[in-house]
Amino acid sequence: MSREHMEYLKKLKRGRRLTAAVRILLLALLLGLWEASGRLGLADPFIVSSPSRVVSTALRLYESHDLFPHILTTFYETVVGFVSGTAIGVAAAVLLWFSPFLRRVLDPYLVVLNALPKIALGPILIVWVGAGPGAIIVMALLVSTVVTVMSVLSGFTEQGREREELMRTLGASRLQTFMKAVLPASVPTIMSALKISVGMSWVGVIVGEYLVSKRGLGYLIVYGGQVFKLDLVMASIVILCVLAAIMYYAVAAFEKRIDKRFGRE
Amino acid sequence: MGSDSVASLRGVKLVYHEPSRETLAVDGLDLEVKRGEFLSIVGPSGCGKTSVLSLITGLLTPSEGSVEVLGVSPAEARGRIGYMLQRDALLDWRTIERNVLLGLEVKRALTPESRSRALALLDKYGLGDFRRHYPAELSGGMRQKAALIRTLAAEPELLLLDEPFSALDYQTRILLEDEVRSIIKQGGYTAVLVTHDIAEAICMSDRVVVFSGRPARVKRSVGIDLAGTAFERRSRAGFGALFDLIWKELREE
Ligand SMILES: Nc1ncnc2c1ncn2[C@@H]1O[C@H](COP(=O)(O)OP(=O)(O)OP(=O)(O)O)[C@@H](O)[C@H]1O
Ligand SMILES: [Mg+2]
Repeated sequence: MSREHMEYLKKLKRGRRLTAAVRILLLALLLGLWEASGRLGLADPFIVSSPSRVVSTALRLYESHDLFPHILTTFYETVVGFVSGTAIGVAAAVLLWFSPFLRRVLDPYLVVLNALPKIALGPILIVWVGAGPGAIIVMALLVSTVVTVMSVLSGFTEQGREREELMRTLGASRLQTFMKAVLPASVPTIMSALKISVGMSWVGVIVGEYLVSKRGLGYLIVYGGQVFKLDLVMASIVILCVLAAIMYYAVAAFEKRIDKRFGRE
Repeated sequence: MGSDSVASLRGVKLVYHEPSRETLAVDGLDLEVKRGEFLSIVGPSGCGKTSVLSLITGLLTPSEGSVEVLGVSPAEARGRIGYMLQRDALLDWRTIERNVLLGLEVKRALTPESRSRALALLDKYGLGDFRRHYPAELSGGMRQKAALIRTLAAEPELLLLDEPFSALDYQTRILLEDEVRSIIKQGGYTAVLVTHDIAEAICMSDRVVVFSGRPARVKRSVGIDLAGTAFERRSRAGFGALFDLIWKELREE
Protein backbone atom coordinates (compact mmCIF):
# COMPACT_ATOMS: atom_id res chain seq x y z
CA MET A 1 0.00 0.00 0.00
CA SER A 2 1.37 3.37 -0.99
CA ARG A 3 1.66 6.26 1.43
CA GLU A 4 -0.88 8.25 -0.48
CA HIS A 5 -3.38 5.45 -0.22
CA MET A 6 -2.82 5.20 3.54
CA GLU A 7 -3.34 8.94 3.84
CA TYR A 8 -6.48 8.59 1.81
CA LEU A 9 -7.83 5.82 4.04
CA LYS A 10 -6.99 7.86 7.12
CA LYS A 11 -8.86 10.82 5.72
CA LEU A 12 -11.81 8.63 4.92
CA LYS A 13 -11.90 7.34 8.49
CA ARG A 14 -11.62 10.83 9.93
CA GLY A 15 -14.52 11.94 7.77
CA ARG A 16 -16.64 9.07 9.00
CA ARG A 17 -15.84 9.78 12.63
CA LEU A 18 -16.70 13.42 12.18
CA THR A 19 -20.08 12.55 10.71
CA ALA A 20 -20.86 10.22 13.60
CA ALA A 21 -19.75 12.77 16.18
CA VAL A 22 -21.88 15.55 14.69
CA ARG A 23 -24.83 13.19 14.50
CA ILE A 24 -24.62 12.43 18.22
CA LEU A 25 -24.07 16.08 19.07
CA LEU A 26 -27.16 17.03 17.10
CA LEU A 27 -29.24 14.47 18.97
CA ALA A 28 -27.91 15.71 22.30
CA LEU A 29 -28.61 19.29 21.29
CA LEU A 30 -32.20 18.50 20.32
CA LEU A 31 -32.82 16.56 23.52
CA GLY A 32 -31.19 19.35 25.55
CA LEU A 33 -33.37 22.01 23.92
CA TRP A 34 -36.46 19.90 24.48
CA GLU A 35 -35.66 19.41 28.15
CA ALA A 36 -34.61 23.03 28.66
CA SER A 37 -37.69 24.51 27.02
CA GLY A 38 -39.87 22.87 29.67
CA ARG A 39 -37.61 23.68 32.62
CA LEU A 40 -37.03 27.29 31.63
CA GLY A 41 -40.74 27.82 31.19
CA LEU A 42 -40.55 28.42 27.42
CA ALA A 43 -43.19 25.79 26.81
CA ASP A 44 -45.64 23.91 28.96
CA PRO A 45 -44.19 20.43 29.72
CA PHE A 46 -47.74 19.19 30.08
CA ILE A 47 -48.22 19.87 26.35
CA VAL A 48 -44.76 19.21 24.88
CA SER A 49 -43.49 16.71 27.46
CA SER A 50 -39.71 16.37 27.91
CA PRO A 51 -37.00 13.72 27.68
CA SER A 52 -36.93 13.15 31.41
CA ARG A 53 -40.72 12.77 31.54
CA VAL A 54 -40.58 10.37 28.57
CA VAL A 55 -38.01 8.23 30.36
CA SER A 56 -39.92 8.18 33.63
CA THR A 57 -43.14 7.31 31.79
CA ALA A 58 -41.41 4.43 30.04
CA LEU A 59 -39.95 3.25 33.35
CA ARG A 60 -43.35 3.35 35.00
CA LEU A 61 -44.81 1.31 32.16
CA TYR A 62 -41.99 -1.17 32.55
CA GLU A 63 -42.48 -1.48 36.29
CA SER A 64 -46.18 -2.17 35.88
CA HIS A 65 -45.28 -4.90 33.38
CA ASP A 66 -47.11 -3.07 30.61
CA LEU A 67 -44.23 -1.98 28.41
CA PHE A 68 -43.19 -5.22 26.74
CA PRO A 69 -46.67 -6.59 26.08
CA HIS A 70 -47.45 -3.39 24.18
CA ILE A 71 -44.17 -3.44 22.27
CA LEU A 72 -44.42 -7.12 21.46
CA THR A 73 -48.00 -6.81 20.25
CA THR A 74 -47.13 -4.07 17.79
CA PHE A 75 -43.88 -5.73 16.74
CA TYR A 76 -45.57 -9.06 16.17
CA GLU A 77 -48.35 -7.53 14.08
CA THR A 78 -45.85 -5.61 11.98
CA VAL A 79 -43.54 -8.55 11.33
CA VAL A 80 -46.40 -10.86 10.39
CA GLY A 81 -47.99 -8.19 8.18
CA PHE A 82 -44.70 -7.32 6.53
CA VAL A 83 -43.48 -10.86 5.89
CA SER A 84 -46.77 -12.18 4.57
CA GLY A 85 -47.53 -9.00 2.64
CA THR A 86 -44.14 -9.09 0.95
CA ALA A 87 -44.37 -12.80 0.18
CA ILE A 88 -47.83 -12.42 -1.37
CA GLY A 89 -46.74 -9.29 -3.23
CA VAL A 90 -43.64 -10.90 -4.75
CA ALA A 91 -45.56 -14.06 -5.67
CA ALA A 92 -48.25 -11.99 -7.38
CA ALA A 93 -45.62 -10.00 -9.27
CA VAL A 94 -43.99 -13.23 -10.49
CA LEU A 95 -47.35 -14.57 -11.64
CA LEU A 96 -48.10 -11.34 -13.48
CA TRP A 97 -44.69 -11.42 -15.18
CA PHE A 98 -45.37 -14.89 -16.51
CA SER A 99 -48.78 -13.90 -17.87
CA PRO A 100 -48.77 -10.64 -19.84
CA PHE A 101 -52.46 -11.18 -20.52
CA LEU A 102 -53.34 -11.28 -16.86
CA ARG A 103 -51.10 -8.26 -16.37
CA ARG A 104 -53.03 -6.25 -18.94
CA VAL A 105 -56.36 -7.35 -17.51
CA LEU A 106 -55.47 -6.51 -13.93
CA ASP A 107 -53.54 -3.31 -14.60
CA PRO A 108 -56.41 -0.84 -13.90
CA TYR A 109 -57.41 -2.77 -10.79
CA LEU A 110 -53.89 -2.52 -9.45
CA VAL A 111 -53.76 1.18 -10.22
CA VAL A 112 -57.00 1.81 -8.33
CA LEU A 113 -55.93 -0.39 -5.44
CA ASN A 114 -52.66 1.49 -5.27
CA ALA A 115 -54.32 4.90 -5.38
CA LEU A 116 -56.92 3.99 -2.78
CA PRO A 117 -55.99 4.94 0.80
CA LYS A 118 -56.17 1.49 2.32
CA ILE A 119 -57.17 3.04 5.63
CA ALA A 120 -60.58 3.61 4.12
CA LEU A 121 -61.04 -0.16 4.21
CA GLY A 122 -60.56 -0.24 7.99
CA PRO A 123 -64.24 -0.46 8.99
CA ILE A 124 -64.86 -3.21 6.43
CA LEU A 125 -61.91 -5.20 7.73
CA ILE A 126 -63.16 -4.86 11.28
CA VAL A 127 -66.53 -6.26 10.28
CA TRP A 128 -65.06 -9.06 8.22
CA VAL A 129 -62.09 -10.10 10.33
CA GLY A 130 -63.23 -8.94 13.73
CA ALA A 131 -62.04 -6.11 15.95
CA GLY A 132 -58.74 -7.63 17.00
CA PRO A 133 -55.16 -8.24 15.98
CA GLY A 134 -56.44 -10.07 12.88
CA ALA A 135 -57.83 -6.88 11.35
CA ILE A 136 -54.62 -5.02 12.16
CA ILE A 137 -52.45 -7.64 10.51
CA VAL A 138 -54.66 -7.72 7.44
CA MET A 139 -54.43 -3.95 7.23
CA ALA A 140 -50.62 -4.06 7.33
CA LEU A 141 -50.58 -6.93 4.86
CA LEU A 142 -52.83 -5.08 2.45
CA VAL A 143 -50.77 -1.92 2.52
CA SER A 144 -47.46 -3.71 2.03
CA THR A 145 -48.76 -6.19 -0.56
CA VAL A 146 -49.94 -3.50 -2.93
CA VAL A 147 -46.70 -1.49 -2.91
CA THR A 148 -44.69 -4.68 -3.26
CA VAL A 149 -46.64 -5.90 -6.30
CA MET A 150 -46.37 -2.55 -8.02
CA SER A 151 -42.67 -1.95 -7.49
CA VAL A 152 -41.48 -5.54 -7.98
CA LEU A 153 -43.49 -5.96 -11.16
CA SER A 154 -42.14 -2.77 -12.65
CA GLY A 155 -38.67 -4.02 -11.71
CA PHE A 156 -39.34 -7.23 -13.64
CA THR A 157 -40.76 -5.57 -16.73
CA GLU A 158 -38.27 -2.73 -16.96
CA GLN A 159 -35.42 -5.12 -17.63
CA GLY A 160 -35.74 -4.31 -21.30
CA ARG A 161 -36.33 -6.59 -24.23
CA GLU A 162 -32.66 -7.06 -24.89
CA ARG A 163 -31.89 -9.58 -22.17
CA GLU A 164 -35.08 -11.48 -22.82
CA GLU A 165 -34.17 -11.66 -26.49
CA LEU A 166 -30.70 -12.80 -25.63
CA MET A 167 -32.10 -15.59 -23.50
CA ARG A 168 -34.49 -16.59 -26.24
CA THR A 169 -31.74 -16.81 -28.82
CA LEU A 170 -29.78 -18.99 -26.43
CA GLY A 171 -32.81 -21.28 -26.50
CA ALA A 172 -33.94 -20.51 -22.94
CA SER A 173 -37.43 -21.34 -21.75
CA ARG A 174 -39.56 -18.67 -20.10
CA LEU A 175 -38.75 -20.15 -16.71
CA GLN A 176 -35.02 -20.10 -17.44
CA THR A 177 -35.27 -16.52 -18.67
CA PHE A 178 -36.94 -15.58 -15.41
CA MET A 179 -34.58 -17.46 -13.13
CA LYS A 180 -31.32 -16.59 -14.87
CA ALA A 181 -31.93 -13.09 -16.23
CA VAL A 182 -35.02 -11.33 -14.92
CA LEU A 183 -35.00 -12.32 -11.24
CA PRO A 184 -31.31 -11.70 -10.49
CA ALA A 185 -31.45 -8.40 -12.36
CA SER A 186 -34.39 -7.36 -10.20
CA VAL A 187 -32.73 -8.09 -6.86
CA PRO A 188 -31.97 -4.40 -6.17
CA THR A 189 -35.56 -3.42 -7.01
CA ILE A 190 -36.94 -6.16 -4.78
CA MET A 191 -34.71 -5.03 -1.96
CA SER A 192 -35.79 -1.41 -2.20
CA ALA A 193 -39.39 -2.65 -2.38
CA LEU A 194 -38.76 -4.47 0.92
CA LYS A 195 -37.58 -1.27 2.53
CA ILE A 196 -40.67 0.60 1.39
CA SER A 197 -42.87 -2.30 2.40
CA VAL A 198 -41.50 -2.46 5.93
CA GLY A 199 -42.35 1.21 6.41
CA MET A 200 -45.81 0.62 4.97
CA SER A 201 -46.42 -2.23 7.41
CA TRP A 202 -45.80 0.12 10.32
CA VAL A 203 -48.32 2.53 8.85
CA GLY A 204 -50.85 -0.27 8.48
CA VAL A 205 -50.33 -1.55 12.02
CA ILE A 206 -50.46 1.81 13.76
CA VAL A 207 -53.56 2.84 11.85
CA GLY A 208 -55.11 -0.53 12.61
CA GLU A 209 -54.37 -0.09 16.29
CA TYR A 210 -55.87 3.38 16.23
CA LEU A 211 -59.06 1.84 14.99
CA VAL A 212 -59.54 -1.32 17.00
CA SER A 213 -56.96 -2.38 19.44
CA LYS A 214 -56.76 -2.62 23.19
CA ARG A 215 -53.03 -3.15 23.15
CA GLY A 216 -49.92 -1.99 21.33
CA LEU A 217 -48.06 1.26 20.76
CA GLY A 218 -50.74 2.64 18.44
CA TYR A 219 -53.29 2.04 21.15
CA LEU A 220 -51.08 3.80 23.73
CA ILE A 221 -50.76 6.81 21.45
CA VAL A 222 -54.48 7.13 20.88
CA TYR A 223 -55.28 6.47 24.52
CA GLY A 224 -52.65 8.98 25.70
CA GLY A 225 -54.12 11.60 23.39
CA GLN A 226 -57.65 11.00 24.59
CA VAL A 227 -56.81 11.33 28.29
CA PHE A 228 -54.34 14.14 27.63
CA LYS A 229 -51.27 12.20 28.78
CA LEU A 230 -48.82 13.67 26.28
CA ASP A 231 -45.92 12.02 28.12
CA LEU A 232 -47.37 8.65 27.24
CA VAL A 233 -47.87 9.70 23.60
CA MET A 234 -44.29 10.94 23.31
CA ALA A 235 -42.86 7.88 25.04
CA SER A 236 -44.73 5.57 22.64
CA ILE A 237 -43.56 7.55 19.63
CA VAL A 238 -39.94 7.40 20.78
CA ILE A 239 -40.18 3.64 21.25
CA LEU A 240 -41.82 3.36 17.86
CA CYS A 241 -38.93 5.28 16.27
CA VAL A 242 -36.44 2.86 17.79
CA LEU A 243 -38.41 -0.20 16.67
CA ALA A 244 -38.90 1.10 13.13
CA ALA A 245 -35.20 1.89 12.86
CA ILE A 246 -34.24 -1.59 14.11
CA MET A 247 -36.46 -3.24 11.56
CA TYR A 248 -35.25 -1.03 8.74
CA TYR A 249 -31.63 -1.83 9.51
CA ALA A 250 -32.45 -5.52 9.75
CA VAL A 251 -33.86 -5.35 6.22
CA ALA A 252 -30.83 -3.35 5.06
CA ALA A 253 -28.49 -5.98 6.55
CA PHE A 254 -30.46 -8.69 4.77
CA GLU A 255 -30.09 -6.72 1.55
CA LYS A 256 -26.32 -6.61 1.97
CA ARG A 257 -26.14 -10.36 2.39
CA ILE A 258 -28.29 -10.98 -0.68
CA ASP A 259 -26.21 -8.55 -2.73
CA LYS A 260 -23.08 -10.40 -1.73
CA ARG A 261 -24.55 -13.66 -2.90
CA PHE A 262 -25.22 -12.12 -6.26
CA GLY A 263 -21.70 -10.82 -6.48
CA ARG A 264 -22.38 -7.15 -6.08
CA GLU A 265 -20.42 -4.92 -3.80
CA MET B 1 -31.34 -26.59 -51.24
CA GLY B 2 -27.86 -28.06 -51.20
CA SER B 3 -26.37 -29.63 -48.10
CA ASP B 4 -23.82 -26.82 -47.99
CA SER B 5 -26.55 -24.27 -47.35
CA VAL B 6 -26.82 -23.17 -43.74
CA ALA B 7 -29.66 -20.70 -44.07
CA SER B 8 -31.98 -20.17 -46.96
CA LEU B 9 -34.68 -17.51 -47.30
CA ARG B 10 -37.05 -17.74 -50.27
CA GLY B 11 -39.55 -15.09 -51.34
CA VAL B 12 -39.69 -13.79 -47.81
CA LYS B 13 -42.08 -11.01 -46.90
CA LEU B 14 -42.39 -9.51 -43.44
CA VAL B 15 -45.02 -7.05 -42.29
CA TYR B 16 -45.05 -5.43 -38.85
CA HIS B 17 -48.50 -4.76 -37.52
CA GLU B 18 -49.08 -1.93 -35.11
CA PRO B 19 -52.38 -0.40 -34.07
CA SER B 20 -51.64 2.80 -35.95
CA ARG B 21 -50.04 1.36 -39.10
CA GLU B 22 -48.46 -1.59 -40.77
CA THR B 23 -44.89 -1.56 -41.98
CA LEU B 24 -43.64 -3.62 -44.87
CA ALA B 25 -40.11 -4.35 -43.70
CA VAL B 26 -39.03 -7.14 -46.06
CA ASP B 27 -40.45 -8.06 -49.46
CA GLY B 28 -39.41 -10.68 -51.98
CA LEU B 29 -36.13 -11.46 -50.29
CA ASP B 30 -34.01 -14.39 -51.45
CA LEU B 31 -30.86 -15.08 -49.51
CA GLU B 32 -28.64 -18.09 -49.17
CA VAL B 33 -25.84 -18.52 -46.63
CA LYS B 34 -23.37 -21.27 -47.44
CA ARG B 35 -21.50 -23.39 -44.95
CA GLY B 36 -18.22 -21.81 -43.85
CA GLU B 37 -19.09 -18.52 -45.49
CA PHE B 38 -18.66 -15.13 -43.85
CA LEU B 39 -21.41 -12.95 -45.24
CA SER B 40 -21.93 -9.26 -44.59
CA ILE B 41 -25.17 -7.37 -45.07
CA VAL B 42 -25.06 -3.63 -45.69
CA GLY B 43 -28.07 -1.45 -46.39
CA PRO B 44 -29.65 1.90 -45.68
CA SER B 45 -30.64 2.62 -42.12
CA GLY B 46 -34.00 1.13 -41.21
CA CYS B 47 -34.21 -1.03 -44.34
CA GLY B 48 -34.87 -4.27 -42.50
CA LYS B 49 -31.47 -5.85 -41.73
CA THR B 50 -32.19 -6.62 -38.10
CA SER B 51 -35.57 -7.97 -39.15
CA VAL B 52 -33.86 -10.46 -41.46
CA LEU B 53 -31.65 -11.70 -38.63
CA SER B 54 -34.71 -12.05 -36.40
CA LEU B 55 -36.33 -14.14 -39.13
CA ILE B 56 -33.32 -16.43 -39.22
CA THR B 57 -33.30 -16.89 -35.42
CA GLY B 58 -37.04 -17.48 -35.39
CA LEU B 59 -37.73 -14.48 -33.16
CA LEU B 60 -40.05 -13.47 -36.01
CA THR B 61 -41.95 -15.55 -38.55
CA PRO B 62 -42.35 -14.39 -42.16
CA SER B 63 -45.72 -13.20 -43.44
CA GLU B 64 -44.97 -14.99 -46.71
CA GLY B 65 -42.22 -17.20 -48.09
CA SER B 66 -40.03 -19.71 -46.33
CA VAL B 67 -37.05 -19.64 -44.01
CA GLU B 68 -34.97 -22.73 -43.51
CA VAL B 69 -32.01 -22.92 -41.14
CA LEU B 70 -29.69 -25.90 -40.85
CA GLY B 71 -32.21 -27.93 -42.83
CA VAL B 72 -35.08 -27.32 -40.43
CA SER B 73 -37.36 -24.46 -39.38
CA PRO B 74 -35.79 -21.64 -37.35
CA ALA B 75 -37.79 -22.66 -34.27
CA GLU B 76 -36.32 -26.17 -34.43
CA ALA B 77 -32.84 -24.77 -35.00
CA ARG B 78 -32.99 -22.56 -31.92
CA GLY B 79 -30.03 -23.12 -29.67
CA ARG B 80 -27.89 -24.04 -32.69
CA ILE B 81 -27.77 -20.41 -33.80
CA GLY B 82 -25.63 -17.84 -32.03
CA TYR B 83 -26.89 -14.27 -32.03
CA MET B 84 -24.70 -11.40 -30.97
CA LEU B 85 -26.44 -8.11 -30.41
CA GLN B 86 -25.22 -4.58 -30.81
CA ARG B 87 -25.15 -4.09 -27.07
CA ASP B 88 -23.34 -6.87 -25.31
CA ALA B 89 -26.20 -7.65 -22.87
CA LEU B 90 -23.76 -9.29 -20.47
CA LEU B 91 -25.39 -10.13 -17.14
CA ASP B 92 -23.64 -7.76 -14.79
CA TRP B 93 -24.05 -9.88 -11.62
CA ARG B 94 -22.21 -12.79 -13.22
CA THR B 95 -18.47 -13.01 -13.66
CA ILE B 96 -17.16 -13.13 -17.21
CA GLU B 97 -16.65 -16.87 -16.79
CA ARG B 98 -20.25 -17.45 -15.73
CA ASN B 99 -21.50 -15.17 -18.49
CA VAL B 100 -19.62 -17.24 -21.02
CA LEU B 101 -21.13 -20.45 -19.64
CA LEU B 102 -24.69 -19.08 -19.81
CA GLY B 103 -25.57 -20.65 -23.16
CA LEU B 104 -24.35 -24.09 -22.12
CA GLU B 105 -26.23 -23.77 -18.82
CA VAL B 106 -29.45 -22.91 -20.60
CA LYS B 107 -29.04 -25.84 -22.97
CA ARG B 108 -28.24 -28.07 -19.99
CA ALA B 109 -25.08 -29.02 -21.82
CA LEU B 110 -22.68 -27.92 -19.12
CA THR B 111 -20.31 -30.85 -18.67
CA PRO B 112 -16.71 -30.72 -17.46
CA GLU B 113 -15.62 -31.07 -21.10
CA SER B 114 -17.87 -28.37 -22.57
CA ARG B 115 -16.94 -26.14 -19.66
CA SER B 116 -13.22 -26.44 -20.19
CA ARG B 117 -13.69 -25.95 -23.92
CA ALA B 118 -15.57 -22.72 -23.25
CA LEU B 119 -12.98 -21.51 -20.78
CA ALA B 120 -10.23 -22.36 -23.24
CA LEU B 121 -11.83 -19.85 -25.59
CA LEU B 122 -11.41 -17.15 -22.94
CA ASP B 123 -7.72 -18.01 -22.62
CA LYS B 124 -7.22 -18.23 -26.34
CA TYR B 125 -8.75 -14.86 -27.02
CA GLY B 126 -6.96 -13.02 -24.27
CA LEU B 127 -9.63 -12.78 -21.60
CA GLY B 128 -8.31 -15.61 -19.43
CA ASP B 129 -7.06 -13.20 -16.77
CA PHE B 130 -10.46 -11.59 -16.52
CA ARG B 131 -12.60 -14.67 -16.00
CA ARG B 132 -13.36 -13.79 -12.40
CA HIS B 133 -14.02 -10.13 -13.16
CA TYR B 134 -17.45 -8.60 -13.54
CA PRO B 135 -18.53 -7.00 -16.84
CA ALA B 136 -18.47 -3.51 -15.29
CA GLU B 137 -14.72 -3.91 -14.79
CA LEU B 138 -14.03 -4.45 -18.49
CA SER B 139 -13.60 -1.96 -21.33
CA GLY B 140 -16.20 -1.75 -24.08
CA GLY B 141 -14.05 -3.74 -26.50
CA MET B 142 -13.38 -6.47 -23.95
CA ARG B 143 -17.05 -6.70 -23.09
CA GLN B 144 -17.96 -7.10 -26.73
CA LYS B 145 -15.32 -9.79 -27.08
CA ALA B 146 -16.70 -11.54 -24.01
CA ALA B 147 -20.13 -11.42 -25.61
CA LEU B 148 -18.68 -13.02 -28.73
CA ILE B 149 -17.05 -15.76 -26.69
CA ARG B 150 -20.33 -16.35 -24.87
CA THR B 151 -21.97 -16.80 -28.26
CA LEU B 152 -19.22 -19.12 -29.46
CA ALA B 153 -19.19 -21.15 -26.23
CA ALA B 154 -22.68 -22.42 -26.97
CA GLU B 155 -21.10 -24.02 -30.08
CA PRO B 156 -23.43 -22.51 -32.65
CA GLU B 157 -23.52 -23.77 -36.20
CA LEU B 158 -24.49 -20.36 -37.48
CA LEU B 159 -23.33 -17.06 -36.07
CA LEU B 160 -25.33 -13.84 -36.48
CA LEU B 161 -23.74 -10.51 -35.62
CA ASP B 162 -25.86 -7.37 -35.59
CA GLU B 163 -23.61 -4.29 -35.73
CA PRO B 164 -21.42 -5.71 -32.98
CA PHE B 165 -18.85 -2.94 -33.15
CA SER B 166 -20.99 0.13 -33.64
CA ALA B 167 -20.86 1.18 -29.99
CA LEU B 168 -17.04 1.08 -29.89
CA ASP B 169 -14.45 3.75 -30.53
CA TYR B 170 -12.62 3.67 -33.85
CA GLN B 171 -9.36 2.18 -32.62
CA THR B 172 -10.98 -0.60 -30.62
CA ARG B 173 -13.18 -1.29 -33.56
CA ILE B 174 -10.31 -1.83 -36.02
CA LEU B 175 -8.50 -4.09 -33.56
CA LEU B 176 -11.61 -6.11 -32.78
CA GLU B 177 -12.57 -6.48 -36.45
CA ASP B 178 -9.21 -8.02 -37.06
CA GLU B 179 -9.52 -10.36 -34.11
CA VAL B 180 -13.10 -11.38 -34.78
CA ARG B 181 -12.39 -12.19 -38.40
CA SER B 182 -9.50 -14.43 -37.48
CA ILE B 183 -11.55 -16.10 -34.72
CA ILE B 184 -14.36 -16.81 -37.15
CA LYS B 185 -12.17 -17.96 -40.03
CA GLN B 186 -9.94 -20.16 -37.87
CA GLY B 187 -12.92 -21.69 -36.13
CA GLY B 188 -14.52 -22.45 -39.51
CA TYR B 189 -17.73 -20.75 -38.40
CA THR B 190 -20.50 -19.68 -40.74
CA ALA B 191 -21.33 -16.07 -39.97
CA VAL B 192 -23.65 -13.28 -41.04
CA LEU B 193 -22.60 -9.77 -40.08
CA VAL B 194 -24.86 -6.74 -40.31
CA THR B 195 -23.03 -3.42 -40.48
CA HIS B 196 -23.38 0.18 -41.58
CA ASP B 197 -19.71 0.41 -42.34
CA ILE B 198 -18.77 -0.51 -45.91
CA ALA B 199 -15.06 -0.79 -45.11
CA GLU B 200 -15.85 -3.12 -42.24
CA ALA B 201 -17.99 -5.30 -44.47
CA ILE B 202 -15.22 -5.55 -47.10
CA CYS B 203 -12.38 -6.29 -44.73
CA MET B 204 -14.22 -8.88 -42.69
CA SER B 205 -16.24 -10.99 -45.06
CA ASP B 206 -16.13 -13.29 -48.09
CA ARG B 207 -19.24 -11.79 -49.64
CA VAL B 208 -21.14 -8.55 -49.17
CA VAL B 209 -24.85 -8.37 -49.83
CA VAL B 210 -26.30 -4.91 -50.44
CA PHE B 211 -29.91 -4.47 -49.37
CA SER B 212 -32.28 -2.04 -51.03
CA GLY B 213 -34.11 0.57 -48.97
CA ARG B 214 -37.18 -0.62 -47.11
CA PRO B 215 -38.70 -3.06 -47.90
CA ALA B 216 -35.46 -5.00 -47.90
CA ARG B 217 -34.50 -7.01 -50.97
CA VAL B 218 -31.11 -8.18 -52.11
CA LYS B 219 -29.93 -5.51 -54.51
CA ARG B 220 -26.50 -6.84 -55.24
CA SER B 221 -24.14 -9.51 -54.02
CA VAL B 222 -20.42 -8.77 -54.21
CA GLY B 223 -17.79 -11.46 -53.74
CA ILE B 224 -14.67 -10.30 -51.90
CA ASP B 225 -11.43 -12.06 -52.72
CA LEU B 226 -8.83 -10.01 -50.94
CA ALA B 227 -6.01 -11.77 -49.15
CA GLY B 228 -4.88 -11.19 -45.59
CA THR B 229 -6.31 -10.23 -42.26
CA ALA B 230 -9.06 -7.67 -41.86
CA PHE B 231 -6.49 -5.00 -41.17
CA GLU B 232 -4.24 -5.92 -44.10
CA ARG B 233 -7.21 -5.94 -46.42
CA ARG B 234 -7.73 -2.23 -45.87
CA SER B 235 -4.52 -1.48 -47.80
CA ARG B 236 -4.96 -4.02 -50.62
CA ALA B 237 -5.13 -2.73 -54.17
CA GLY B 238 -8.66 -3.97 -54.85
CA PHE B 239 -10.12 -2.44 -51.69
CA GLY B 240 -10.90 0.98 -53.13
CA ALA B 241 -12.69 -0.39 -56.19
CA LEU B 242 -14.88 -2.64 -54.04
CA PHE B 243 -15.66 0.26 -51.73
CA ASP B 244 -16.71 2.44 -54.67
CA LEU B 245 -18.85 -0.30 -56.14
CA ILE B 246 -20.77 -0.89 -52.91
CA TRP B 247 -20.98 2.80 -52.11
CA LYS B 248 -22.55 3.47 -55.52
CA GLU B 249 -25.16 0.76 -54.95
CA LEU B 250 -26.03 2.21 -51.56
CA ARG B 251 -26.11 5.79 -52.69
CA GLU B 252 -28.75 5.05 -55.30
CA GLU B 253 -31.14 4.16 -52.51
N1 LIG C 1 -41.16 -4.39 -33.60
C1 LIG C 1 -41.45 -3.57 -34.64
N2 LIG C 1 -42.69 -3.11 -34.80
C2 LIG C 1 -42.99 -2.29 -35.84
N3 LIG C 1 -42.12 -1.90 -36.76
C3 LIG C 1 -40.86 -2.31 -36.65
C4 LIG C 1 -40.46 -3.18 -35.59
N4 LIG C 1 -39.14 -3.44 -35.71
C5 LIG C 1 -38.75 -2.78 -36.82
N5 LIG C 1 -39.77 -2.11 -37.38
C6 LIG C 1 -39.71 -1.29 -38.60
O1 LIG C 1 -39.25 -2.11 -39.65
C7 LIG C 1 -38.29 -1.45 -40.44
C8 LIG C 1 -37.02 -2.24 -40.50
O2 LIG C 1 -36.45 -2.31 -39.20
P1 LIG C 1 -35.07 -3.02 -38.89
O3 LIG C 1 -34.79 -2.82 -37.46
O4 LIG C 1 -35.11 -4.40 -39.39
O5 LIG C 1 -34.07 -2.16 -39.80
P2 LIG C 1 -32.48 -2.14 -39.79
O6 LIG C 1 -32.05 -2.22 -41.18
O7 LIG C 1 -31.93 -3.12 -38.84
O8 LIG C 1 -32.24 -0.67 -39.24
P3 LIG C 1 -30.92 -0.07 -38.58
O9 LIG C 1 -29.99 0.18 -39.69
O10 LIG C 1 -31.42 1.21 -37.97
O11 LIG C 1 -30.43 -1.06 -37.58
C9 LIG C 1 -38.12 -0.07 -39.84
O12 LIG C 1 -38.87 0.83 -40.60
C10 LIG C 1 -38.68 -0.19 -38.45
O13 LIG C 1 -39.30 1.01 -38.08
MG1 LIG D 1 -30.75 -2.93 -37.02
